[in-house]
Amino acid sequence: MTSFLLYKLILVVIIFTITLVVAMYATYGERKVASFLQDRIGPNRAGPFGILQPLADGMKFFMKEEIIPDVSNKFLFILGPCIAITTALMAGVLIPWGGTIIIGGQEYSLQIADINVGILYVFGVVSIGVYGILIGGWASNNKFSLLGAIRASAQMISYELAMGISIIALIMMTGTLSLNEITLQQAGGTDGHWNFWNVVYQPVGFLLFIICAFAECNRAPFDLPECETELVGGYHTEYSSMKLGFYLFAEYINMFISSAVISTLYFGGYNFPFMNELGLDHNTLTILGTVALFAKIFFFIFFFMWVRWTLPRFRYDQLMNLGWKSLLPLSIANLLVTAIVLILTQK
Amino acid sequence: MQLSTRSKVVSNKQMTFAERLYLPAILSGLSITIKHFFRKKATISYPEVKREFSEVYRGQHVLKRDDQGAERCTACGLCAVACPAEAITMTAAERKKGEEGLYREEKYASTYEINMLRCIFCGLCEEACPKEAIFLTDRLVPTDFGRNSFIYGKDKLVETIEERIDVSKRQTEAVLEFKQQKQLSHNINQSK
Repeated sequence: MTSFLLYKLILVVIIFTITLVVAMYATYGERKVASFLQDRIGPNRAGPFGILQPLADGMKFFMKEEIIPDVSNKFLFILGPCIAITTALMAGVLIPWGGTIIIGGQEYSLQIADINVGILYVFGVVSIGVYGILIGGWASNNKFSLLGAIRASAQMISYELAMGISIIALIMMTGTLSLNEITLQQAGGTDGHWNFWNVVYQPVGFLLFIICAFAECNRAPFDLPECETELVGGYHTEYSSMKLGFYLFAEYINMFISSAVISTLYFGGYNFPFMNELGLDHNTLTILGTVALFAKIFFFIFFFMWVRWTLPRFRYDQLMNLGWKSLLPLSIANLLVTAIVLILTQK
Repeated sequence: MQLSTRSKVVSNKQMTFAERLYLPAILSGLSITIKHFFRKKATISYPEVKREFSEVYRGQHVLKRDDQGAERCTACGLCAVACPAEAITMTAAERKKGEEGLYREEKYASTYEINMLRCIFCGLCEEACPKEAIFLTDRLVPTDFGRNSFIYGKDKLVETIEERIDVSKRQTEAVLEFKQQKQLSHNINQSK
């Protein structure tokens, strides 16, 4: 029992650290990608190629004066960023970061918790995240913050519907909610007996999912809750110092987790093509698989940034039109088509 | 009248289905930005890499000395008069005995100040100077905090004897001739 707890604890600490480091360097990556897409060089002063920039930014956040507005509700004002970052970190527990590693005859899974309602849990936790934004925006007692918070909640609820329904189509196909099993179903296969990634079977579902993931993460072109140009920063207008840092950090962690979920659900998770043909031993294969998963995740993080610096922001009515009039009917149609195809093929 | 071939007729037509999908447009947008990702960057990393200046770039001023190391400026005030930004002030003084090595003529500028915040680097002082004493150079005026440090006195403006500042590129024959003619035309105008 103690060894089990120890192994889980070590795993939790490792995943926690990796999540934070990735989120930290995603801020650096964001600035670099933005500058490269705009023919600039980007941060290059702190350390070689500006590698230490995130540390400098973090230091700046800690050193800044912390302002809590007099008219705000202090308890909720502090609670907001706490919820945002906690929920963002909680979803990482479910992601299967790799296969299993065998040490001394004992098999250790690289997933912290393989619960049978996996994807539902991720959804639940992610939708709690909107409370962080809503509470923070409301507690600031500021018009712009409140507007941003209301936009955030309306947007998240609208897009969660389409996202959920596009996931249901996938779940009907896989027949399980567990993320690990969904990953295993996409494993390479051998001797002409191929398992393809789910994106091959669910291209429309994937498209819907990634569009909704953009909206859920409040990333451009759906960054209405915090649009600097209209709402002076939206829900975090009144925030300063590390509390603002937590909100920004939560956004990048969400992006990381979304990329991980997309890779797991639609792009084979820690599987990579021809993995069973290589004839490698179990542990090497697991490590290679984890590397493959992270390569996929980093690609999607890059994709998030790539889209952000390409597309302009939606107007609010356009956002609602897209969510309710296009994505929701499309996801329902996708669900129906999947259901019909499943019934026809299972006979 | 058609001025160029680039004009486009604006139309208000309904979008086709492919256009309403937006996805093709988004993809073409993404392909444009990714092309820029790999393009050569336009940035010049300033302190390490310096942009090449023109030979007649108008940067920070210098007060020249002559070949013997004596200051050329005679505090005639023509530069201050010419200055459209009124950035130049000076006080004149008479040369004492034994200062012949320091100042070229009997009168010299005991103080000479240029307010770099007022200066617009037009180069009219250089053009007005009859003694070839003041020149603009390709050096940049460094930034600073506070305003007082931008009033440059003789300590910053006069070139040192050891480190002469080369202005031969801007003090060409053509320029000297132009200045001569300007002086002549000035005299002609006066005589009229």
